[in-house]
Amino acid sequence: MMKLRLAAPDALIDINDVSELSYIRVDGDELLIGALARHAELLASPEVAEHFAILGDAERVIADPLVRNRGTIGGSLCQADPSEDLSAAFAAVRASVVIRSAEGSRTVSAREFHVGPYQTAVADGELLTEIRVPIRPEGGTRSRRWKPGSAYEKVCRRAGDWALAAAGAVLWLDGDTVADVGIGLTAVGAEHFVAAEAEEYLRGRPAGDETFAEAGRIAAEHCRPSADQRGPVDYKRHLAGELTTRALRRAAERARA
Amino acid sequence: MKVTVNVNGQDYERDVEPRQLLVHFLRDELDLTGTHWGCDTSNCGVCAVWLDGVPVKSCTVLTVMADDRFVRTVEGLERDGELDPVQQGFTECHGLQCGFCTSGMLMTARWLLDQNPDPADEEIREAISGQLCRCTGYENIVRSVRWAAEHPAAYDAPEMTV
Repeated sequence: MMKLRLAAPDALIDINDVSELSYIRVDGDELLIGALARHAELLASPEVAEHFAILGDAERVIADPLVRNRGTIGGSLCQADPSEDLSAAFAAVRASVVIRSAEGSRTVSAREFHVGPYQTAVADGELLTEIRVPIRPEGGTRSRRWKPGSAYEKVCRRAGDWALAAAGAVLWLDGDTVADVGIGLTAVGAEHFVAAEAEEYLRGRPAGDETFAEAGRIAAEHCRPSADQRGPVDYKRHLAGELTTRALRRAAERARA
Repeated sequence: MKVTVNVNGQDYERDVEPRQLLVHFLRDELDLTGTHWGCDTSNCGVCAVWLDGVPVKSCTVLTVMADDRFVRTVEGLERDGELDPVQQGFTECHGLQCGFCTSGMLMTARWLLDQNPDPADEEIREAISGQLCRCTGYENIVRSVRWAAEHPAAYDAPEMTV
């Protein structure tokens, strides 16, 4: 950001030594990710692989191994690039982020975290410290052990590039019925990186090719991609729909596995 | 700002500008010009060095962030005049033409083989996917890394149990 002259801070504080912020663990019904966890660590984490394959799918196509060795999860979210993959992935799984300051801490939904391109809910004097991902669906009973199935599908022009478009989905199935669902969209101008109308449509419906195709159609209809050097609007809209359907299909396969 | 950076096993103390990038520290302060400076935007990977044991792009690390840390550059690959197997592999298999990307490729290749001594071609391609080569089409780079995997140095060879 500094090299692109998009940020010109008066002072820069290196938090790499704050090792307390570097962790990935499951605590009760939540997956907890410290802001300083590296992309490579998220990709390699067995806890992430077990509960949220969507994050592994996304990490595999974020930049390259060298960048993933250095880049942090908190850093990616706070950069808030509209084409950044984890924003949609965390929006899909209804994560929340913990923001701390000297006065205390507050929790913000991942869906409310971005307030615009390169702008987040983090205010002056605050630091994003943790990302929390609920393993249970919204309203899901504690007595049952829930197993979400999830996936992330991305199309980019070359290895490690920003997304032309991408979609992430998480499904909680109750038998063959969609108990809860989250759908995130990357780089296609979706409000809060989410396909809310498609989620609404799917909830309570049977999980299958027909409903997934319709959810993709709805997601494509409601997003607002803009044309740029990566592609025209109609192509991006087509991808948003198709990738949503594919992500849902793969998420369902994993939920049933 | 005063920093002490351990590069290839030796401590270097310098007083540097806070804005200085690690790649410039290595090249301009220490005269270790084997590490190259390319795109300056974390795309091309010619500046790859190890920081605390993992390869990173040194155009996106400030020198002051390497204070009290360990850096390994291409100059630190050979041992007592013997080329590292990855260096020998690039020689044997014509893994370079212009050589601009080579030092970065070598650093990533060494790291890959330390993690995974017998990588498949796909795994080699994934490992170097953040590094650009405009000469070889990558074919000979992959062959070179394979050669190194098949010819580990004595000090890298896994212990044999009888």
